[in-house]
Amino acid sequence: MPGDAQAGEAQATGLPYARALKDTGLAAVVAFAILLPLVGFNTVQDISNRLVLETRFGTLAVFVALIAAATFINTAFLAPWRSRRARLARTRRTGRVAQWLSRRFAPFALGFVLVYPALVLFVTGPSGALKWIDNFGIQILIYVMLGFGLNIVVGLAGLLDLGYVAFYAVGAYSYALLAKTFGLSFYILLPLAGILAAFWGVLLGFPVLRLRGDYLAIVTLAFGEIIRLVLINWVPVTNGYAGISGVPRPTFFGIPFTAGDSGFAAIFGLPFSPVYRTVFLYYLILALALVTAGVTLRLRRLPVGRAWEALREDEIACRSLGINTTNTKLTAFAIGAMFGGFAGSFFAARQGFISPESFTFMESATILSIVVLGGMGSQIGVAIAAVAMVGGTEILRDLDFLKHIFGPDFEPTQYRMLVFGFAMVVIMIWKPRGLVSTREPTAFLKERRIISRDLVKEGRG
Amino acid sequence: MSAPLLTVEHLSMRFGGLVAVNDVSFSAGRGDITALIGPNGAGKTTVFNCITGFYKPTVGRIALRHGEDIGQAELDRLTRRGERRLKRPGGALHLLERMPEHEVAEQARVARTFQNIRLFSGMTVLENLLVAQHNRLMLASGYTLLGVLGIGGYGRAERAAVEKAERWLEAIDLIDRADDPAGELPYGAQRKLEIARAMCTDPVLLCLDEPAAGLNPREKADLTSLIESIRSDHGTSVLLIEHDMSLIMKISDHIVVLDHGMLIADGTPDAVRHDPKVIAAYLGVAEHDVDKVKAEVAP
Repeated sequence: MPGDAQAGEAQATGLPYARALKDTGLAAVVAFAILLPLVGFNTVQDISNRLVLETRFGTLAVFVALIAAATFINTAFLAPWRSRRARLARTRRTGRVAQWLSRRFAPFALGFVLVYPALVLFVTGPSGALKWIDNFGIQILIYVMLGFGLNIVVGLAGLLDLGYVAFYAVGAYSYALLAKTFGLSFYILLPLAGILAAFWGVLLGFPVLRLRGDYLAIVTLAFGEIIRLVLINWVPVTNGYAGISGVPRPTFFGIPFTAGDSGFAAIFGLPFSPVYRTVFLYYLILALALVTAGVTLRLRRLPVGRAWEALREDEIACRSLGINTTNTKLTAFAIGAMFGGFAGSFFAARQGFISPESFTFMESATILSIVVLGGMGSQIGVAIAAVAMVGGTEILRDLDFLKHIFGPDFEPTQYRMLVFGFAMVVIMIWKPRGLVSTREPTAFLKERRIISRDLVKEGRG
Repeated sequence: MSAPLLTVEHLSMRFGGLVAVNDVSFSAGRGDITALIGPNGAGKTTVFNCITGFYKPTVGRIALRHGEDIGQAELDRLTRRGERRLKRPGGALHLLERMPEHEVAEQARVARTFQNIRLFSGMTVLENLLVAQHNRLMLASGYTLLGVLGIGGYGRAERAAVEKAERWLEAIDLIDRADDPAGELPYGAQRKLEIARAMCTDPVLLCLDEPAAGLNPREKADLTSLIESIRSDHGTSVLLIEHDMSLIMKISDHIVVLDHGMLIADGTPDAVRHDPKVIAAYLGVAEHDVDKVKAEVAP
């Protein structure tokens, strides 16, 4: 970061805070200019339906002050500290945090997600647990799985895919339509939805094989939109905007989660409660996410995974070594899309209702930012980023105490995107290559040395 | 004399109006070290890119023979049939100008290095050498399907691949850095690693594009013995582009000289060294002025 170097120089020449103050002033002016129309003014309809302009200069002042303070702290203290640390890190071999994460954190996190539903049930009781398991548990795990899937395409093979949600949609609609039309069970349709999504992945792969970087991103973005528009306009099949409702729910290996005598609760002699289904769905998506992670880990150690990473590093060198880059790219698209399809069919089964609204570009952007924030190629990073991004958005709904700071009219959820963007800026300053910014080698002779991201390329196509 | 390993005939490459290579024909003998030299911009790398499949030549035939007993008649028949290769027990014939680059490497077994080093810098030295053995490992992993399920002999194949990589790391003296990222190696070591990586594909012909560029005298001596051992111990023929004349004169059996896209000399090092056309090309003057320039420079 150039800012680091400049801040470091200022420190050295004995002007520790002059530059910081200048930056702060600049940031405050920019923030004021941007936020004045966004936050400073608000239009409301009065009783006689007239639009009235309101001013919210108090809130605006709080925002600008926060941004100014953050800028000052960053340039005056954090940036010099980081450049000092970076200088130290260069002499040290690898990041200790990364090593700790890979050794200790993964088993701990795995244990936690396994006992999470029991923990929540214990703390809140069956009625309160529903929200925590569903909104936080299942919702986050769906994104973890999508992140793992996209990680193969973007993180390993280095192909920037902005239309990943298309495969999610293919999976969801495949399950919904086939289950409703043919009455097939979830466990048959899950692999089928994955295969169909993989097929569409290959179909997208063919035309974009020759494209690189920005061009690839634009075409994949368009592909995502095409799928969504088809879902909207092909009304006889997809029912358009109205979506498909009454999608069959997954059963406990044949036993439905219903209130009747043949339902899950009655057969196991338990009092009926919707929480069983939710807990079951939680473990189902957890199993799917773990399978995705396991398969990805395995693929990385197989020649195809090494070829993906080699492709990201240098495509021409790959071809000179006899690697068929066409097939390698297509397998990356297909396998990534397949996991998206699995997640999609799970999503349809869990919701019981799907419509094109669920598959907008915003979803692709969220999944991609999970992958980028997590550190491209890193599974643990992706999982942490999914928890932060999805869980963070959910938590915003509950932040009522903010009303005491910003006034009673303040709706935290309205600022979701703003907070989202702010968090991303912070992470990109703090960790420009993502949360886990190291690469673990897939084979070693004597010891597994973690590779710094500075050496790893991001891929151009 | 048996048929040469590589035969380039009437090779021309045009980029729009620019003629980079104009009707060049030469051959590289089996077990020989053939050098391709010429002033900057002579078209050497273009010829390389045509041989290794990265460019499709505008005109010309590039034939590569595995085994010794495939004659001219069969080559002509294959050319007329419009096919890429002829395989039979004990030999094969490949028409490189008809193949995409990965097939040139995989089927015809021509490996190459690049003028600007192209290592997988974020992968370890060992991983670089494993990627080079991709096709054999891919087969062993049942095109990924068996490998994912853990069935079949992939584990054994990978161990064999690691052993092969180890042998090459011993040969280029980088065994202690096997687990370091390739991008962290010093420049000279990167050059050697790129050659080892190309050799891990088991080539019959190794094409080196300026392997000695930027090396110090000691590293050049190492490189010379590496190239000689590749030829003598592994039976791989070598085709190299190089600017270092002392290195070329020392190791090559046969030199091909290009200037402005045309072939101007083709022969043994001694013959080429005294060829007035070559001297003129390198001095950048017309042939009849060579003696005058020589007199001026070294009276």
